[in-house]
Amino acid sequence: MCLAVPGRVLDIEERDGTRMATVDFGGVVKEVCLEYLPDLQVGEYAIVHVGFALQRLDEESARQTLELFAELGLLQEEFGDAWEMAATEAGVDPVEEVRK
Amino acid sequence: MKYIDEFQDPELARRLLDDIHATVTRPWALMEVCGGQTHSIIRHGIDQLLPEKVELIHGPGCPVCVTPLEVIDKALEIASRPEVIFCSFGDMLRVPGTGRDLFQVRGEGGDVRVVYSPLDALRIARQNPEREVVFFGIGFETTAPPNAMTVHQARKLGIGNFSMLVSHVRVPPAIEAIMSSPSCRVQGFLAAGHVCSVMGMGEYPELAERFRVPIVVTGFEPLDILEGVRRTVQQLERGEHTVDNAYARAVRAEGNPAARAMLEDVFEVTDRAWRGIGVIPQSGWRLAPKYRAYDAEHRFSVEGIRTQEPAECRSGEVLQGLLKPHECEAFGTLCTPRTPLGATMVSSEGACAAYYLYRRLDMPATKAQEATPVV
Repeated sequence: MCLAVPGRVLDIEERDGTRMATVDFGGVVKEVCLEYLPDLQVGEYAIVHVGFALQRLDEESARQTLELFAELGLLQEEFGDAWEMAATEAGVDPVEEVRK
Repeated sequence: MKYIDEFQDPELARRLLDDIHATVTRPWALMEVCGGQTHSIIRHGIDQLLPEKVELIHGPGCPVCVTPLEVIDKALEIASRPEVIFCSFGDMLRVPGTGRDLFQVRGEGGDVRVVYSPLDALRIARQNPEREVVFFGIGFETTAPPNAMTVHQARKLGIGNFSMLVSHVRVPPAIEAIMSSPSCRVQGFLAAGHVCSVMGMGEYPELAERFRVPIVVTGFEPLDILEGVRRTVQQLERGEHTVDNAYARAVRAEGNPAARAMLEDVFEVTDRAWRGIGVIPQSGWRLAPKYRAYDAEHRFSVEGIRTQEPAECRSGEVLQGLLKPHECEAFGTLCTPRTPLGATMVSSEGACAAYYLYRRLDMPATKAQEATPVV
């Protein structure tokens, strides 16, 4: 759960007085809070943990890390269906579990 | 995977390894603090590529693993209530409490939901004003700022049906506890990179000086870990003990000032029990008095739940680096990821699960070697 994934800012908007961004993580797109990196701009990369940008990252480092994470299946682990994963680990049929 | 050509930059990996091999003249025991680093080390066989003289001891930096049984039991109690929507990160679902886990609570009809971000839980609270929405706020300094911001927002927006079960932990007091233990063998630390992305490096020089131990801020990818090991053994061989940053692309000396300010506002430092280890003074955060209305322990009156940890799980010894996972008699037999005795077998960042996933097949050979008399 301490995985922090580099992502690229696609757009930024204020919501309820909070600076929020749409961020692309190698194809998976998520909403991310920018309150801790308020000067982050569209097109820049940051390390994102549980929906919060925590530190700016240069593009080359970000791309290399994303490539490695994709190869290792870590992006699936971070953004995939947690119920399905937990069901598989618990030995329950994931299809049955997801239907619940 | 212990073949160097599978590293992202095999040439750089080889150079780092050559340098480590050329540097080391004596046995050294280093502890990687973070569970993400442990996972990476075992997955990529980094410990097997290092000189035999360099031992990596796996530290207690997996938040899922160190969340006390008592807190899990409180979570299970709250999640079972009909008025509650209980939100958690996915990796807490299968952590065993006393007799059951969140996964089973859901099977019994509890409304347990997995969220990617704590802000998702806040959104669920706004969409369900007739329900109580509780978020399970665990984690180290990396996860604490997102959770702090979420409680801050709940208060600012007046979302009264939201609360958080908080069990945050801090790395520096854990390092202090490990170094103060009479059975401590650790001579150098690979500090957790993303913890320092938030907190910076200011808490570590005092520890490095007092315990005469090098502390090297290290990332999570295989090459990052090799670089962290290289800088640590260089210091040890020279008799130095300073704080160094081997993860500069993501860690600034001052950390993230906005996140640190929010932590100061929302949380206060408290003593905290670590599963399998016991209470470490000043090692946790709880909500500060002005946010107490958002404290789920208080709101659901579960402060009275007290749980003794069972004796059969030796994860406390594993988390302190006193026992390697496969040396535990229950490993791979009584205790597997499907039937975990303790949290270190559940979380993908737990040392036991990492050994089970990546080393299990090597075990018979290792055990056979140990059983063969050396002539």
